[in-house]
Amino acid sequence: MSRLSIPKTYKLYIGGAFPRSESGRSYEVLAANGDFLANAALASRKDARDAVVAARGAQSGWAGATAYNRAQVLYRIAELLEGRRAQFVDELASSEGLTAAVAGRQVDEAIDTWVWYAGWCDKFAQISGSGNPVAGPFFNISVPEPTGVVAIVAPQGTESLLGFVSVVAPALVAGNTVVVVASQQYPLSAISLAEVFATSDVPGGVVNVLTGSPAELAPWLASHADVNALDLTGAGDLDWVELQISAADTLKRVIEPEPGVPGRSLDRVVAFTETKTVWHTKALI
Amino acid sequence: MVKDIEPTTGTGFLQYAPAPESTSILHLKDSYGLFIDGEFVDGSGTPFSTISPATEKKIAEIATASPEDVDRAVAAARRAHDKTWSKLSGSDRGKYLFRIARLVQERARELAVAESLDNGKPIKESRDVDVPLVAAWFFYYAGWADKLDYAGLGANPRSLGVAAQVIPWNFPLLMLAWKIAPALAAGNTVVLKPAETTPLTALIFAEIVQQADLPPGVINIITGAGQTGATLVRHPDVNKVAFTGSTAVGREIAKAVAGTGKKVTLELGGKAANIVFDDAPIDQAIEGIVNGIFFNQGHVCCAGSRLLVQENIHAEVVERLKDRLTTLRLGDPLDKNTDIGAINSAEQLARIKMLSDVGEEEGADRWTAPCVIPENGFWFAPTIFDNVSTSSRIAREEIFGPVLSVLTFRTPAEAIAKANNTPYGLSAGIWTDKGSKILAVADKLRAGVIWANTFNRFDPSSPFGGYKESGYGREGGRHGLAAYLKGASK
Repeated sequence: MSRLSIPKTYKLYIGGAFPRSESGRSYEVLAANGDFLANAALASRKDARDAVVAARGAQSGWAGATAYNRAQVLYRIAELLEGRRAQFVDELASSEGLTAAVAGRQVDEAIDTWVWYAGWCDKFAQISGSGNPVAGPFFNISVPEPTGVVAIVAPQGTESLLGFVSVVAPALVAGNTVVVVASQQYPLSAISLAEVFATSDVPGGVVNVLTGSPAELAPWLASHADVNALDLTGAGDLDWVELQISAADTLKRVIEPEPGVPGRSLDRVVAFTETKTVWHTKALI
Repeated sequence: MVKDIEPTTGTGFLQYAPAPESTSILHLKDSYGLFIDGEFVDGSGTPFSTISPATEKKIAEIATASPEDVDRAVAAARRAHDKTWSKLSGSDRGKYLFRIARLVQERARELAVAESLDNGKPIKESRDVDVPLVAAWFFYYAGWADKLDYAGLGANPRSLGVAAQVIPWNFPLLMLAWKIAPALAAGNTVVLKPAETTPLTALIFAEIVQQADLPPGVINIITGAGQTGATLVRHPDVNKVAFTGSTAVGREIAKAVAGTGKKVTLELGGKAANIVFDDAPIDQAIEGIVNGIFFNQGHVCCAGSRLLVQENIHAEVVERLKDRLTTLRLGDPLDKNTDIGAINSAEQLARIKMLSDVGEEEGADRWTAPCVIPENGFWFAPTIFDNVSTSSRIAREEIFGPVLSVLTFRTPAEAIAKANNTPYGLSAGIWTDKGSKILAVADKLRAGVIWANTFNRFDPSSPFGGYKESGYGREGGRHGLAAYLKGASK
């Protein structure tokens, strides 16, 4: 007689904790073959706002960590993801209807994507910053700083783990904190990845994961005055122009939708940075 | 001209004889058309007058571009981009820009006089700051034109196409240079709209464009009010929008271009904190505070309009500020002794007066520098509000005039919290002799430009632009160039 398995309750990830939706709502997540896989939390506006509060609270600490430290934390995510590789392969195989080999390649690519972005933490400032030869007795330097709190609509299609990682990792590099709406149809690996965050030295609140309806959640995030930037990569099927118009009320930085999974790119890191230029007076000696 | 303005001096300070710059250097026309496709043409909208804000006298009649005129200008820019400018070698584009830089230098005094006449800013500022920076901006970006592979977008980056550029009235010609120089270096063509109260130097600049023999349509300058600018940035054949002005208009532009794929740079309002610690070099700090808020009558988006002074030196700093402001000379912008010129328009003067009245009503202590206000024109004496609360409108809203709000703090942490307590994030100042304190505080300030022991410095090699609701994108330096380029694969 086979052992009866213990199914996991998939919840949200906000402020380093795993709450259910305050609304008490959930929705069915089905496998590719139509079988029931799990109930995922159907996050509400209140959950989204709680997530923004958590992200804001964690932002100065994450931005204030040394770049070397952020790099090690992101690398640590890759380490732990590698250790739980089999779990993610199983999860993706059943939810996306993949062979173990195809699912395995996706997990490997996700792990390598964390490693790639981890390495940028203490390097990108040397690429996107500058020392400026101004015509006067000043030491003048421009450095990139994180924009702040970034709200993200993750890619909604298959390759759900890789899509999620490909938008979350670059936003974290500079020291932003994120609120990310996972794929509505394939949310499970995002929540399992949150378990990785929770155990890999990512401070609580740095990544906040919402599952549910992007169409319901995105307008609240786009109009939230304490969100500094909006990544609409996975919002192509929503009325994203309206979201962008709403984001303009507080002049959020916006990345427009992109089909599929975005490739690794330094542009995605720099998109959520602000250039700070400091003029230091030199003594006349 | 403008002899009807008596220069004024502070009480008990040195008396100065008038020393007006001659306007004979100007060769103004009675009326100016639109500059489209290399030629001045009539506008089909209702023309308007540009006046001297110091005398309210008419300077010239200016055309208004109708939507059809905007169409023609964009079409000219498109043709010039596709057929000429984007196909020119980088070094040839650079040579044209170098020519412009030299022509600006050759006609520098004329441009400075025209700027002070039309804008109201003191001639010593237009002569020593605005116009030299205009030449520097063109010279700097001229050298970039054949080095675009090093702009940070990989090899063979491409121009965006036609840039729609709308600029404000506070630094008319300098803002034109900030917009046009990097756009052209990167291979774009432009349609630029100067502010309706200050179109004069842009139109003289159009003559310089003709002298430089630039291919027709590369630079188009159209005049008109806000509606003309709104039509321009919404034009479907525009690829890039660059705007400097108010946050309210910036928001409207961001909404208008949503979903269009147009690349946007917005340089908007500010409410900069100028933080003075008790270990600051106090003489320099006083000069820096004065420069920070009274430069250009405070018509500066990055003006140090909130003075945050450490509590134990508050009384001394305010007293010394009042002494210093008492020596400032308000009057004829064309007088070489003038420190404070005219407010740019009646509308702006009304806003400054309104917010100052609000400051008083909200309980702040108002002090006004003693000076004689000329009879005609728009003027506002340097004003300090002391004991301003953080919630007061004069501590939160951009006044864009010679009005300083003074607040105090005890610890660096409190200074940082107060400095960042604004939806804006354009600039900030730090005054202390302790270098490590400068670095620590600069790290924590959420502002795009920070001046340590100086204020209101600008340079073409130095990126400028804001955080938060002060806009996005940078102007100046490599960053300012990249804002007009896209990678080869995109």
